[in-house]
Amino acid sequence: MEPINQVTSVITPLDRKNVDTDQIISKEFLKRIERTGFGRFLFYHWRFDEQGNEITDFVLNKPEFKGSQILVAQDNFGCGSSREHAPWAILDYGFRVVIAPSFADIFHNNCFKNGILPIKLTEAECDEILAKGKENPYSVEVSLEMQTVSGEDGKVYNFTIDPYYKEMLLNGWDEIALTFKYDDKISEYEAKRIAY
Amino acid sequence: MMAKNIIEKIWDTHVVHQEEGKPDLLYIDLHLIHEVTSPQAFEGLRLAGRKVRRPDLCFATMDHNVPTKNLPTINDPIAKKQITTLAENAKEFGVQLADIGHPDQGIVHVIGPELGLTQPGKTIVCGDSHTSTHGAFGALAFGIGTSEVEHVLSTQTLWQNKPKTMEIRVNGQLGVGVTAKDIILAIIAKWGIGIGTGHIVEFTGEAIRSLTMEERMTICNMSIEAGAKAGLISPDEKTVEFLRGRRHAPKDDKFEEAAKYWLSLASDSDASYNVVLEIDADEIEPIVTWGTNPSMGTGISNTVPTSEDYESESDKQALKKALAYMGLEEGQPIESIEIQHVFIGSCTNSRLSDLRSAASIVKGKKIHPGVRGIVVPGSWSTKKAAEEEGLHQIFLESGFEWRESGCSACLGMNEDTIPSGERCASTSNRNFEGRQGAGARTHLVSPAMAAAAAIEGHFVDVRKYVKQAQEV
Repeated sequence: MEPINQVTSVITPLDRKNVDTDQIISKEFLKRIERTGFGRFLFYHWRFDEQGNEITDFVLNKPEFKGSQILVAQDNFGCGSSREHAPWAILDYGFRVVIAPSFADIFHNNCFKNGILPIKLTEAECDEILAKGKENPYSVEVSLEMQTVSGEDGKVYNFTIDPYYKEMLLNGWDEIALTFKYDDKISEYEAKRIAY
Repeated sequence: MMAKNIIEKIWDTHVVHQEEGKPDLLYIDLHLIHEVTSPQAFEGLRLAGRKVRRPDLCFATMDHNVPTKNLPTINDPIAKKQITTLAENAKEFGVQLADIGHPDQGIVHVIGPELGLTQPGKTIVCGDSHTSTHGAFGALAFGIGTSEVEHVLSTQTLWQNKPKTMEIRVNGQLGVGVTAKDIILAIIAKWGIGIGTGHIVEFTGEAIRSLTMEERMTICNMSIEAGAKAGLISPDEKTVEFLRGRRHAPKDDKFEEAAKYWLSLASDSDASYNVVLEIDADEIEPIVTWGTNPSMGTGISNTVPTSEDYESESDKQALKKALAYMGLEEGQPIESIEIQHVFIGSCTNSRLSDLRSAASIVKGKKIHPGVRGIVVPGSWSTKKAAEEEGLHQIFLESGFEWRESGCSACLGMNEDTIPSGERCASTSNRNFEGRQGAGARTHLVSPAMAAAAAIEGHFVDVRKYVKQAQEV
């Protein structure tokens, strides 16, 4: 996976809570057997009408947010299904960072496996960033190393992140290759495992 | 010895490696696999030249995509490709598969327990969020993404941060006509879809103890809808008796030994949890969801909420958005909501007892002319058992369609979708926008409530039917 440290971009303000993975990537697009090519289906039913035309007032369709790499949303982002197609779609569309007050567990985990940085800020901070981003295009610089989100207006938001996942993202490591180093331990465990 | 809850007991016996600054490396006892979330994982193995470490601890089936009629024809070429890909992968990597047409085929969370693969004390994963279902047996079972599927295939382990623990105690007894589905919908309606985030939930209390294993599966199935990493119930004699004689359960003396071990996993009476919540079962009435997430539900005798019921501006907005999508008015009585579809099925409510419950309501009656109803048993074996009891005849005579097993209209990946703007009383687990089809409007209910709505053409308090049946 692609390492990630610094990302500078205008934010895309998706001012909704409980954005579920069914909205991020709808079931009709889950039948592909590849990991790539899901970006054009991201938020499909919010982006396009029944004839396939862009719904102009949906935030992803606004020209000022084209090319944005940072998505900001409300509470409980990524709830629902475990489908990793959701982070694949987010990444393939061009986002590298998602900022929200909270994330659903499986989605949160899936981000780390794909080089997407999920940042938890407080609800008040997210509200503030969303408000700025909705009023005028608002650029921020995210630094994973420093654990900061620095706004173009000089405002700096600090975040915490699990040190294990931080290292994983900074280095773009293949987790399976790392786990293979514990092969002896796994075999040792298997030898004494309780199994019926 | 310090008192432990079942979550801590299972976790502690599965730690392969523990190190400061890292999550725990947990061993996985059972890996269930289906066609939608596995192809990229197997492809990853192939590209890296890796093998499946323990094919004997994997079990695969086809469920999400499979058609529920006119088998074995699969009209959708992309779905067909995904299905044949799993068959090829299972063969190449030596994984046992219950393919379409196999007597063990069914929804992965229905067949695991049926086959006795699901057992207390196991760590169980699957690339599917409803893996929490298996927690009904006192297993630690949770959904994972495809990268983690690949990780488990290669190493039989996962790096996991230990979640916090939560007890949800359901006191007292359910009223007549109120079901396990109503308990879990009431819990989610009361505390919201994020209450369990970062936690593993143990369901306890008199009402939970009184439930059958199938009912417990319904509760644990939807713990993910409360945001929980997993949901489980301490094993008891019901758990043991359910597993006795199942194909993958241990046999004879070994079974008795296993049973003793399983029962020892139950939470110690003085165990503690990070969070404890309580709800009274006798206050729960049949629930119908009116909105676009599972917490947006209320009792059948109530009305759709109004914006005055919410304090925050964002909650008022969420209500407006949900009602606009659902085509409902603030303050509208739940009983006045007319439906065009009824779906009885899914990993939440497609087991034999669910089918019996729905059949008992529709027996001798016709479903409303404006309603199309389908019944999709959770597995081949459930279907066969239901047919042996004549349940299919009851459904067919009342006007329901009787289908082959699969996930079906729960997520509409196959042809079983609900048209835009139409309403479905569904026994499934998610009422998200577009879940059952673009523009489809889903109302989550119990099988009995779905059956009663099918007859009346709108939601109705099933307790009236149950009382009538008792009087006869």
